[in-house]
Amino acid sequence: MNNISGPDLACSIAGIESVNPFWLASAPPTDKKINVERAFRAGWGGVVWKTLGEDPPVVNATSRYGVHRGMNGRPIGINNIELISDRPLDINLREIEKLRRQWPDRVIIGSIMAVMEEEAWKSLAIKVANAGVQGLELNFGCPHGMCERGMGSAIGQAPALAEQATRWVVEAVGTLPVFSKLTPNVADILIPAEAALAGGARGLSLINTVNSIAGVDLDRMAPMPVVDGQGSHGGYCGEAVKPIALHMVAEIARHGLADRMAISAIGGIGSWRDAAEFIALGASGVQVCTAAMLYGFRIVEDMADGLSRFMRDRNYRGIADFRGLAVRNVVDWNDLNLNYDVKAFIREDKCVECGRCHIACEDGSHQAIRIETKPSGGKRFVVIDDECVGCNLCQHVCPVADCIEMRPVENGLPKLTWPAHPKNPRRMAAE
Amino acid sequence: MKRFIVPEPGVAIGESGLAANFSDLHPPLTSVQAATEAFACLFCYEAPCVTACPTAIDIPGFIHSIRHGNPLGAGERILSANILGGTCARACPTEILCEGACVVNDTEGRAVKIGQLQRFAVDAVMERGGAHPFPRAADSGRRIAIVGAGPAGLAFAHCAAMLGHRIVVYDAQEKPGGLNEYGLAAYKMADDFAQREVAFLLGIGGIELRQGRRLGRDFSLSDLQRDYDGVFLALGLEQPAGLGIPGEALAEDALGFIAALRRGGPKALPVGTRIAVIGGGNTAIDAAVQARAMGAGAVDILYRRGRDAMGATPWEQELAANAGVHLHFWTRPVEILGTSGAITLRLTDTQMVDGRLESTGSIRDFPVDRVLAAVGQRLHEVIPEGIAVENGRIRIDAEFRTSLPMVFAGGDCVTSGADLTVQAVEDGKRAARAMDRDLRAATNGTGRQGDSHE
Repeated sequence: MNNISGPDLACSIAGIESVNPFWLASAPPTDKKINVERAFRAGWGGVVWKTLGEDPPVVNATSRYGVHRGMNGRPIGINNIELISDRPLDINLREIEKLRRQWPDRVIIGSIMAVMEEEAWKSLAIKVANAGVQGLELNFGCPHGMCERGMGSAIGQAPALAEQATRWVVEAVGTLPVFSKLTPNVADILIPAEAALAGGARGLSLINTVNSIAGVDLDRMAPMPVVDGQGSHGGYCGEAVKPIALHMVAEIARHGLADRMAISAIGGIGSWRDAAEFIALGASGVQVCTAAMLYGFRIVEDMADGLSRFMRDRNYRGIADFRGLAVRNVVDWNDLNLNYDVKAFIREDKCVECGRCHIACEDGSHQAIRIETKPSGGKRFVVIDDECVGCNLCQHVCPVADCIEMRPVENGLPKLTWPAHPKNPRRMAAE
Repeated sequence: MKRFIVPEPGVAIGESGLAANFSDLHPPLTSVQAATEAFACLFCYEAPCVTACPTAIDIPGFIHSIRHGNPLGAGERILSANILGGTCARACPTEILCEGACVVNDTEGRAVKIGQLQRFAVDAVMERGGAHPFPRAADSGRRIAIVGAGPAGLAFAHCAAMLGHRIVVYDAQEKPGGLNEYGLAAYKMADDFAQREVAFLLGIGGIELRQGRRLGRDFSLSDLQRDYDGVFLALGLEQPAGLGIPGEALAEDALGFIAALRRGGPKALPVGTRIAVIGGGNTAIDAAVQARAMGAGAVDILYRRGRDAMGATPWEQELAANAGVHLHFWTRPVEILGTSGAITLRLTDTQMVDGRLESTGSIRDFPVDRVLAAVGQRLHEVIPEGIAVENGRIRIDAEFRTSLPMVFAGGDCVTSGADLTVQAVEDGKRAARAMDRDLRAATNGTGRQGDSHE
C-alpha cells in the first residue's frame, strides 16, 4: 500500500491510537463483521460501527438511496433514507468482540442512538462498551426517520438534550472516549459543539448528513428515492457536501474548541487531499462513507499513499505537524485586507480560444475580458484591468491549466479592513 | 476505425464477409457513449467548430442538449441549420471541418466526436417519427421548380416549403437523394439512410418529387420558367471529367461504379480481381475501399501528385490503407491498352518542375483487370439554354441568382465553397431564402432587395 518511508500516519484521536487517520463512518459499510474485516484488510485504520439501538431492531424501507449527478453523469452526492442497524443488538456486539480480538491494532467505535431517557442511553452505552470498543459515538445527527421518533437530529438540534444525553453516557462509561456526532442542519454549529463539551464529550464527529431531497422523479412525480410512489427527505452526503463540512469544522476549530475536543471530520472525503484539508483545519482524523460506498474500500490505498507523499514533500513527520495550520487564516470577512488586489492575466501562448473566460465574465461577472481578432486570424482574449475585480471566475472556467493567472497588483498600500475603511459609514459616524 | 475483412489470396469474400464489410462505418453511439462524449465538449463561446461548419450548426448548443438528456432538442437544433444533418453526420469530412477546429484538440489531443454526436441526435428525431418538427408558413401562392433532388435541391425544397411556397422537384434518377443516394460508399449510408432522410424531409409537406424526369430531354428550362414563379437549378456535376488519354474508353467511371453498387447492393468480385483507381479525392477512396470490401484481390490508387495534395482527407487515406488499398503517388496513366478485363495501364512518373506537374519521361506497364477513373466531374454536356457559365460552373451572384430572371442555382453546379454535401445544403438553404426575398419583393413592388422573410 504505502511503500515510502518517512512520515508516520499513526495518530491519536481523542486519546485513541490509530494506525492512520482514516476511519469508515457509521453506515452500511460498517454494519457487519464481513464488511469490517474487508475494510481492515484494505488498510482502514478504524471504523465507526453502524449505529446500534435497543432491540427490537428497526425495519427499513425499500428503496433507500437517491443520487445527485454532476455534469459528467457521475454521482457527486447521494442521499439515504436508511435507518440505524436493523440487525439484533447481540449479533452486532458479538461480531465487534471477535473483530477486536482479531484486529487489535485497529479501532472500532460504537455508534449508539436512544430516546431521551437516562436508562436507555446508559444501558445501551454499557452494553456496547463491554463489547470492547475503543470509544462511543452518539448519533445526534440522523435527519430522517429516527428524528420522527425523538432520536437522532431531534436531539442534536436541541442543545440541552444533546448535552444531557452526552453527560449520561459519559457517566456510564467513565474514561472511555465519547464522541458527539453533530448534525449540520442547524443555524450555528458552535451551539451543539459547546453542548457536547459541556456534556463531557472528548470528541466531535461532524458533519452528519444534510437534510435533502436528491431529486424528483418526473414520471412518478415523487421525490427520489421513491418508495411505492412516495418519498421522504433524506440525508445528503458525498463530495458535494465537503464545502459545508469544511466550514463547520473550521468554525469549531477557530473558536478554540478543537483544542478541547478532538475532531473526527466527516463530509465528502474521498481522497488524501480531502483528508489533508480537514486536518489543516484542525481535524485529528477523518471518516469516510460515501466514497467507499461508491468505489469500494480500496480507495484508502491512495489516501494513505498520497497523504504520506504530501507530508514528506512538506517535511511533516506526523499528522500533528500540520494539523490546524490553516485555522489561523480562517477569519471574519471584516478582517480581510481590502487593499489587496489581483487581476487576471491570460497567457496567449496557452490560450485555446474557447471563449469561456469571455462569456463567463461578460454574462456572469464584470465585462472585463475583450475579444480581439489577431492579424493572423484567430482570437485573443484581453483583460481590461480597469474592469477586472480579480474574482477568479475566468480562471475557474478555463479548461487549460496555468493559462489564466491571478496576478497581485503591487500597489504598496497597507492592510485596510472594512471597520477601518474610509467608506464605512459606521466608522465615519464614529469619527 | 472499421476493420475490413480481407480474405486470403485465392479465397472468396463470402456473404458474411460482404455483410460485415458493408455494415455501418461508424456504429451509432449508445446513449451512455453519447452522454460521456458530450461531457468532453467545452461549450465554447463563438466556437471554432461552428465557424468551420458551412451550415453553422450550433454545435456546442446541441451537445449541451445531449448532455442534459434532451436529444430531440439537440436534433431539431441541428436540423434547423442543416436539414440533411443526418447525412452530413455520416459523410462529412469532419476532421477538416468541425472536428478539425475543435478546441479539445488543443486541450486533450483529440477532438470531440461531433459527427457521431450529431448522428445520435438526428437519429433520435427521425426514430421518434410523428409530426414533422418544422411548421410551414401560410401558403404564399407561389410555385417553385427545382431541378435535381440532391442535397442542394432537397435543402432548397425544405427551406422554401417552410417559407410557404409549393415545390416540384424534377430529378433524372429513379430515386431522390443525388450523390447521397448514388455517390457515397454504401457503408457510410447503411440501412437505406438516404431514402429515410428524404422521406423525413418531405414530411414538411408542399413538396412533390418527379423522378425520372431529365432536363433537356423531358422538359426544358423555358417550360419551367413559364410554369413556375421561380426555378432552382441543383444539377450537380453529372459528366465524368475523363482521363483524356488514348484508350480511356477502357476506364469505368468511379461514380458509376459506386452508383451501380448502391443500386444493386454489394456483390462479391471474382476472386483475385485487380482494380486500379485513378484519382486522389474521396470518390477515389470510396470506390477503392468498396472494391476491396467486395473482395478484390488488389486495389491500387494512382495519384499524379503527392499525398499532401490529395483531395481525400488523411482519415480517408487511413481508411483506405486499413482496407489494404495501396496508394501510389506521383504517377499517372498515359495510355490504356488491351481489352476489357485484360488491361494494361501505361504509367509515367510525375514531378513538379517550376510549379508545373511534368512527366519524368519514365514508362512502365501496370496490368489490371479493371480501371476506375475518379478524376472529377463537370457540368452535363446539355447545359440549359441561355444560362451563363463561368469556369465550367453555372455563374451566380452573391444571392445565388443566375443570368436568367428568377432562375437560381446552387450546389456542385456552381462555385460557392468546397464541393461537399454540407456546402450544397448551405447553398440550397441560402438560395431558398434569397429567392423568397425576391419573390416577396416582386409582390410588394419594393424591388429585389426589399422585404426579407427569415
